[in-house]
Amino acid sequence: MEITPSIHVKDLTRQYGALTAIHKVNFSVNPGEVVGFLGPNGAGKSTTMRILSGIMSATSGSAWVGGICVAQNPHEVKRKIGYMPENNPLPDDMRVVEYLRFRARLKEVPGRKLRASVQEAMEICDLARTARRKIIGTLSKGFRQRVGIADALLGNPEVIIMDEPTIGLDPHQIQGIRKLIDNLRGKHTVILSSHILPEIERSCDRVIIINRGRIVATGSSAELREEFLPGNRFSLIVEGSDTDVAICLAQRGLEASILESTPLADNRSQLILRVENEGDLGSQLIQALGKHKDFTLHSIAPRVPNLEEIFLAATKRSWEETIETKPKITA
Amino acid sequence: MLFISPSTYIAAVLFLCLMGFLYWAILRGMVNTPSEILPTVQFFSVFWIPVFFVVPLLTMRSIAGERSIGTLDTLMTTPTSRVAVILSKFAGAYLFYMLLWVLTIGFPLLTEKLYPHAAESGALLELAPLAGSFLFLATSGLLFISIGIFASSVTRSQLVAGMLTFTTLFVVIVGGQQISNLADANGDLASWMVATVNYLQIFEHLDDFSRGVIDTRPFFYYASTSFLLLGLSTLVIEAKA
Repeated sequence: MEITPSIHVKDLTRQYGALTAIHKVNFSVNPGEVVGFLGPNGAGKSTTMRILSGIMSATSGSAWVGGICVAQNPHEVKRKIGYMPENNPLPDDMRVVEYLRFRARLKEVPGRKLRASVQEAMEICDLARTARRKIIGTLSKGFRQRVGIADALLGNPEVIIMDEPTIGLDPHQIQGIRKLIDNLRGKHTVILSSHILPEIERSCDRVIIINRGRIVATGSSAELREEFLPGNRFSLIVEGSDTDVAICLAQRGLEASILESTPLADNRSQLILRVENEGDLGSQLIQALGKHKDFTLHSIAPRVPNLEEIFLAATKRSWEETIETKPKITA
Repeated sequence: MLFISPSTYIAAVLFLCLMGFLYWAILRGMVNTPSEILPTVQFFSVFWIPVFFVVPLLTMRSIAGERSIGTLDTLMTTPTSRVAVILSKFAGAYLFYMLLWVLTIGFPLLTEKLYPHAAESGALLELAPLAGSFLFLATSGLLFISIGIFASSVTRSQLVAGMLTFTTLFVVIVGGQQISNLADANGDLASWMVATVNYLQIFEHLDDFSRGVIDTRPFFYYASTSFLLLGLSTLVIEAKA
């Protein structure tokens, strides 16, 4: 067999009383991958992460981290995981370096490597010069997140799990954290959760979309785009009527449909086109629409669906599926 | 966490102030009405006053505090065993509790230094009752602190943990005496019940210890109950981390 996946999850289910937080979740993550866990609030992201890190037990199903079963050998699994929980709890009365040394000792970093590994984690997270001796309670939110990440990095774990690492940060800080995650790529397997879509799209190799406790879609954002919103999309602004544009495109042999039309000022309107043809569509469209007596083309831009649209489409589809399956059972 | 949090030091200062005051009051009482009982013995017989507030203050934060700010989760993801977590919480609180009691030796030492003639009889620092009392404090402390740790492990609110500790300590310390008072009033307690009640009587234990009677039964009582409580706390944090 080829390489053992860093994380392998099979039919994982967790119930809180009558509520099913996650239902038969299956996925696996290869070593060195950065995977984003995406889902609305209450979708089951944190539950899955907590089960993986061994804090919580699953109702049924199993999870393996680095080839070791979490339920059977939680102690060994914890050596392989660096976990940063949601809201990143830290003791407010300790100094950064004290806290990290304490954590390193808890994580069984050997005594002679202790100082070096704490220093390394602080340097990766840019804490070494600025916040080394500061009291954690006085740190800004961005620095607190860095301390949390530095803590997750201690002991050089195989897998790093971060639950909402960028929650409540400003754009500069988010960028900083993103760079930091980029640095981890290849060295560690990283799983992070978020409901902030652009962040996931930029920092993750692969996305797992989870909604209402079920995995709705997995893949890179390009694959997801192909699956949920296929075809090439263009956004154009024209002066003239929509029907003329459609007729003109049909005459030129372009299989295009107008998905949306928003009227703008001065008899202009913004159109969103979906074109099925292959090849260099941009220039074909410009040639087709550029010189025409009935309307004037003002601008044309390819429109790549962002993760937000994919996410909405995927979660919408999962809603429809769950609603559709129910009548089938009764019928 | 215990040694860097302000509440620990507040508890320590309160404890030492109160105990100093009590010691002074006892000495004054001795001056006015000479007594057969040594000041040291009298001093340690009011051990329950500080226990009622110091033990909850020292232990209520230990696990409930960690749970409420969420650091218990991060602690649980390290390869540290649950038993180690509970035992270290216990050890921290217990050692600090004993340190506070050891500091009270300063009172008789100070008295001796300032009023050498008063100490001529050697009554202030007589070794045997002092050692017996400390042995009693050390063993009963096991139970008191483990009550606090257990109360702290079952809840996420420090306030609830503190109140739970206080009431349990109250029942444990005063309860045995009350049962025996009840028995005295009615006078019809079965013999096996007398034995049980005496077994649980913390004040009786103190009397024995300070007179130099070292019995193994109290040792067994304190060690077994604290072992049980710490075991239960381990199970609790295992189940609801």
